[in-house]
Amino acid sequence: MRATVLVRPKPGILDPQGQAVESSLRHLGFDVGEARIGRLVDVELSTDDADEARAQLERMCEQLLTNPLIESYQIEVEAA
Amino acid sequence: MSEPRPVIPVVVWPGSNDDRDAQLALERLGADAPRVWHTDESLPRGTAAVVLPGGFSYGDYLRCGAIARFSPALRAVEAFAAGGGLVLGICNGFQILTEAGLLPGALRPNESLSFVCRDVALVVERADTPFTSRCNPGHELTIPVKHGDGCWFADDELLAHLESTQQLALRYADGANPNGAVANVAGVLNADGNVFGLMPHPEHAVEPLLGSADGALILGSLVDAARLSLAVGV
Repeated sequence: MRATVLVRPKPGILDPQGQAVESSLRHLGFDVGEARIGRLVDVELSTDDADEARAQLERMCEQLLTNPLIESYQIEVEAA
Repeated sequence: MSEPRPVIPVVVWPGSNDDRDAQLALERLGADAPRVWHTDESLPRGTAAVVLPGGFSYGDYLRCGAIARFSPALRAVEAFAAGGGLVLGICNGFQILTEAGLLPGALRPNESLSFVCRDVALVVERADTPFTSRCNPGHELTIPVKHGDGCWFADDELLAHLESTQQLALRYADGANPNGAVANVAGVLNADGNVFGLMPHPEHAVEPLLGSADGALILGSLVDAARLSLAVGV
């Protein structure tokens, strides 16, 4: 099954990329507030069990995909 | 009789690019500095200290240092540090040590989003460490930085803790912060004081002809401490 991990800079973490994009959007005339830039990781898993997939993805996030000091994450498992 | 030459290996990952400068600087300062490949599971016999050099280990994908953290050589470095061994991480080496949890904080993209490559003024906060013993407290050093991800971050709670334990051993001078690091932090010690990481490159500042020899104070301190550890048989 497929899953997506969304990784975001935690609130309060300086995000210069987000600030640059935010300012460009304003220059284009869009009325926007804050823009923040994170990362998404699409993962293919061999398991078809959503709970098992979620448990594996949690471990991946803790061990490699995120740095818990500066990033938060959200796991989205594709509906079977 | 010449002084003993302590063994201070330099770990090399695919993408490391300051390993030879680190090796040269350490050897000129009186150490033997063999290079250790990232797949090596142990450090050379008699290792008295280890240097993790600058560069872009394994391409620095995902986050700088995030992947090098899992390399066999780093496992050996972790075991060495756990036993009280001296470990110095420079730039990418610093990033690897924070990702591995051997040093506090994290390194984020520079506030300017630009790669910075220039001399910076630094202030030594602590001169009673194995990495700064050749300096004096308040000593101002000129050492180059060259990095895209050098913005050291700690949240308020962690920062307050590190201030109280005096682990923030090296800072950018006022007005000289090149990357937006919180509290002007340029280098951090671990709680036990045997692991140190810094963004500036002391190995590029060991020769007055090239602009500064202040980096030799940092690396020379490490060589002194490594030699001392040989003498007392630690």
